[in-house]
Amino acid sequence: MTPNGSSFSRSVMPMNRDDSASHEAATASAATSGPSVKIRARDINVFYGEKQALFDVAIDIPEKSVTSFIGPSGCGKSTFLRCMNRMNDTIPICRVTGAIEMDGEDVNDRSIDPVVLRARVGMVFQKPNPFPKSIYENVAYGPRIHGLATGKDELDAIVESSLRRAGLWDEVSDRLLQPGTGLSGGQQQRLVIARAIAVGPEVILMDEPCSALDPIATAKIEELIDELREQFCIVIVTHSMAQAARVSQRTAFFHMGRLVESGATDEIFTNPRDSRTQDYITGRFG
Amino acid sequence: MLTWIAILVLAALSGLAFLMGRRKALASAGGSPAKMHSLPGYYGTYVALWVGVPAALLLFVSIMFGGRLEHALLTANQPPILHQLSAEQKELFFQDAQALAEGRQLSEAVYEPNMKVALDAKASEAKGYVNAFKQGTFALMGVLVLAGFLATFPRLNKDFRARNRVEGWVDGLLMACSIVAVVTTLGIILSLVWESLRFFSSVSPAEFLLGTHWSPQIGMRDDQVGSSGGFGALPLFAGTFLVMMIAMCVAGPVGLFSAIYLSEYAGPKARAVFKPLLEILAGVPTVVYGFFAALTVGPIFRQGFNSLGGLFLGGPLNELGLYLGQVQNQMALVAGVVMGIMLIPFVSSLSDDIINSVPQALRDGSYAMGATKSETVKKVVLPAALPGIAGAFLLAISRAIGETMIVTMAAGLQAKLTLNPLETVTTVTVQIVTLLTGDQEFDSPKTLAAFGLGLTLFAVTLVLNIVALRIVQKYREQYD
Repeated sequence: MTPNGSSFSRSVMPMNRDDSASHEAATASAATSGPSVKIRARDINVFYGEKQALFDVAIDIPEKSVTSFIGPSGCGKSTFLRCMNRMNDTIPICRVTGAIEMDGEDVNDRSIDPVVLRARVGMVFQKPNPFPKSIYENVAYGPRIHGLATGKDELDAIVESSLRRAGLWDEVSDRLLQPGTGLSGGQQQRLVIARAIAVGPEVILMDEPCSALDPIATAKIEELIDELREQFCIVIVTHSMAQAARVSQRTAFFHMGRLVESGATDEIFTNPRDSRTQDYITGRFG
Repeated sequence: MLTWIAILVLAALSGLAFLMGRRKALASAGGSPAKMHSLPGYYGTYVALWVGVPAALLLFVSIMFGGRLEHALLTANQPPILHQLSAEQKELFFQDAQALAEGRQLSEAVYEPNMKVALDAKASEAKGYVNAFKQGTFALMGVLVLAGFLATFPRLNKDFRARNRVEGWVDGLLMACSIVAVVTTLGIILSLVWESLRFFSSVSPAEFLLGTHWSPQIGMRDDQVGSSGGFGALPLFAGTFLVMMIAMCVAGPVGLFSAIYLSEYAGPKARAVFKPLLEILAGVPTVVYGFFAALTVGPIFRQGFNSLGGLFLGGPLNELGLYLGQVQNQMALVAGVVMGIMLIPFVSSLSDDIINSVPQALRDGSYAMGATKSETVKKVVLPAALPGIAGAFLLAISRAIGETMIVTMAAGLQAKLTLNPLETVTTVTVQIVTLLTGDQEFDSPKTLAAFGLGLTLFAVTLVLNIVALRIVQKYREQYD
């Protein structure tokens, strides 16, 4: 747990969210300089019925950078990801305790509407899940339900800019009205990212976004993640340590429902403090 | 009697063949089943099947068709005395001759002495045929049993693949059963088409399908057969359509919404209560719905409309008031509403399955965008499930069209060309029932009209079902 109290107290002011232009430098050496914290989790315990899936997880996730969660299957990293936009609410037997603060507000607080929260915290899933609608309608879905556009022109503009930011515009601009399910896997995943961007979230959660994709599509998504980091706080769960090393500035290692270690990515990979982390990244188990 | 003995002997021989086959195979392996290709029982079963089944099939065929063969032989040469008889009397004569030969009860026909002599002669002839036929059958069965045994038993040894051969028999049995189903269906269709052709030879199809005057009772009179205009089935189609539409107006929304509730909103507890209850509703016999409609819903609706009519009397809508005042128990609305209630569980359980098969990933995607449950259902789940739901609706429509008891009891019998739900109407199925109940001649246009209606009904529901199943299948392929 590297960030100290002072860096946190700075980040609780929402107006400070997008202050500096020097984030890359800041996040690269997060351990020392302390970036502004976007999400701060403390004492998170998650239960599926009787079974406890997460134990006392505490982590700070910085603004405008990529944080990756790594760890063996079933270690709880996806569960924790789903706590951050309260997707676990949709599972009836799931119970979450502890505090997850986003810009200082507890997302589990009764005053927080999960529906509004999820508009601020977008999510991309393991398997591309475009809706069975046209490419245009897929991207327009969020803006429509949240009333972000007042007219057709405005909606068109949102759709175009979202597709552009997801690096998909050039490939689909001439077939916006064709079904999104007809795209290739990699294109579908970028479509889903565009769909998430379109509602203007602050955080984007990605749950193994490349595990169903071939290496070329994966490279494109990784490139995209690197670009998006300038605008969003991105959290990515991945099974590929190479991917974590490539795209993320900070890495957290989960094991058996516990957060073992987190810190700057290059430090975790070159100089892990915990022997379990060491074993995992050197491929001795996992 | 002889036949029963033959069956018992055949069973005993099969049993014996089983034991012998099993024993020989075991012996060839030195009494150790582990050294054999198949379990010992398979060897026995294999021999027993070849011994028993072909002979049994032959016996079955001879029992089914033996009587006809005898009849054909018997009628081949007819004594001159029969020439004075009419065709029906001749038929009766030969039937009596066969009955006499087999010691069955004769018909009530009275025969003159010289006729009686001819009958006795024919009877002894028939007896000869029967005996010859029976003996021939038994002899042939014996040959089959022996051939079956000789073809299989000598081949048995421990390496013989009896298990695979028996598997082939199982395969054949299963196929035979499905062929029975298909052949029966084809037979029904053929008889339907055949009788309909007879009907359409006296009433033109155009008149039948487009005519607006339905009164088959008048059509019975000789001077009016086919030319009375009494076989215009359009009012029946209209009535069927009207009742079906009313039923779908009830079953469609209620069934679909309850399916949405059950699959998306209901917790496990509510689901555990509602789902079985809906299935009980599906298990109520339609005749119960029928008298529920006729005795409970009908009077309630009539009273409701009558007193509603009372409110309009004397006002500017006096006419409407008078009309509502004389509405009766039997009306399309009652039949349609009750039929709709009957269809609710059907629509709901089909839609429930379809909605459940929409991948959870789509819901998660929508929730993760910050959509509420109803937005997710309305904009993602339902559009994804729409083709399947359309298929479910089409299946429900084809059930509504074919439904009989409720409309028979609650819709009335008058063939009126109307779309007013408060009128009594009649449907295709109701008319088939009324045409064929009671004593009927089966060659008058009146009864044949039932086949014409049946064929039309069959064609419509067949097309609906094919379209519906196509849609449902296509939809299923999309996500599997």
